[in-house]
Amino acid sequence: MATPTMDKLEALEADNGSHLITVTFRIRRFNPEVSADAVWEDFQLDIDPKERVLDALHKIKWELDGSLTFRRSCAHGICGSDAMRINGRNRLACKTLIKDISPEKPITVEAIKGLTVLKDLVVDMDPFFQAYRDVMPFLVTTGNEPTRERLQSAEDRERFDDTTKCILCAACTSSCPVFWNDGQYFGPAAIVNAHRFIFDSRDEAGEQRLEILNDKDGVWRCRTTFNCTDACPRGIEVTKAIQEVKRALITRRY
Amino acid sequence: MSADTTPAKTPGVGPVEGVAVYDVDHPAPFIEAPRKRTSKTPRSTRGNFEMAAWLFMRLSGVVLVVLVLGHLLIQLVLDGGVSKIGFAFVAGRWASPFWQGWDLLMLWLAMLHGANGLRTVINDYAERPNTRLWLKGLLYTATVFTILLGTLVIFTFDPNIR
Ligand code: HEM
Ligand code: SF4
Ligand code: FES
Repeated sequence: MATPTMDKLEALEADNGSHLITVTFRIRRFNPEVSADAVWEDFQLDIDPKERVLDALHKIKWELDGSLTFRRSCAHGICGSDAMRINGRNRLACKTLIKDISPEKPITVEAIKGLTVLKDLVVDMDPFFQAYRDVMPFLVTTGNEPTRERLQSAEDRERFDDTTKCILCAACTSSCPVFWNDGQYFGPAAIVNAHRFIFDSRDEAGEQRLEILNDKDGVWRCRTTFNCTDACPRGIEVTKAIQEVKRALITRRY
Repeated sequence: MSADTTPAKTPGVGPVEGVAVYDVDHPAPFIEAPRKRTSKTPRSTRGNFEMAAWLFMRLSGVVLVVLVLGHLLIQLVLDGGVSKIGFAFVAGRWASPFWQGWDLLMLWLAMLHGANGLRTVINDYAERPNTRLWLKGLLYTATVFTILLGTLVIFTFDPNIR
């Protein structure tokens, strides 16, 4: 009843007679205090294939090389701090099981692209959050504050449900080729978070946010490559959200 | 408390981090935050031009499917294929205002569509403002030249030229 991947894993296990397998982690190291160049460094670990890449990074940092630098906080896919490029794809290290990413070959781990690398896997997130702030990601209303909560029908809530799930990990924005080449582009995450308010029936600044995204570096720079949708660890249909913003702009203007 | 309470000479720089490079008299260089609004930031880069350009790409694309595929079919497939193309063939088609209009529309749409597509490519790939400027200058010059020349030929074509 073994699946093909389990067969391969069992073959790897036989070597050391335990449930652990030997995996090579090829990590892109960068330390500006030591060298201006980034280099690949290999680490070999005996690790349970059902552990996550984050566990492997912990093991390396705690047992092999304390200078390895990366961000993580919740370790459970909620805080969005550990997006990284694992085997060439943006993922959360804390949600990626080692058995799912061909551990028989070296597993590459590097910082997300398009943002300045500060050290090892840590990038400067400032431009990312600046684009996020630029779309006014907060409820804007006029008139008196209601004395009770602002009610909304289930259908109205459903309209923007998908984009409420964003954890601002930057996996989408740093997978976008337009963003790689020109960091002035707002990027998918900012558009997703604008979408969350534009289509919220309680919010009154939708028009203003649409105008912000009608920028030369706004939604029109999207080339529909779907990298963002593929990258999102929350399964948000990012490209669809961007297209909905484009459509809203067009239907409100023409 | 431990015995080691010697205060660090510079606040915020612990002994592990080594000798302080910066202090009150030698402040660290100021690095402009990305995407920050400065005097060099254009006041507004909003406007409906990019939206119009985006819409134009889709609309002209739909029309071009008919125009270009029809054109290729007539020129390359039907009635003997490429071998029939010659001065007489072109002269015969341009005798009709319908084919003149077809070719004129195809010229303008394909040129504007292609030029706008290349404009996007330049925006995506050329990083330095000067590179962008020169590439776009070249692109717009070539586009205007080709559109004007093509239009001139379609309107002034003389089948009796020797
Ligand atoms: C046959 C029908 C055609 C259709 C349906 C079509 C459609 C499109 C669309 C929708 C785009 C925008 C892509 C995006 O925004 O990501 C595009 C881009 C482009 N088109 Fe066309 N097009 C057609 C013919 C042509 C022709 C005849 C030319 C050349 C004169 C051309 C040159 C370009 C270029 C250079 C781009 C930019 C490339 C890019 O965005 O990656 N297209 N086309
Ligand atoms: S949309 Fe998805 S990939 Fe993008 S920042 Fe939000 S959670 Fe991360
Ligand atoms: S550590 Fe919080 S999302 Fe992975």
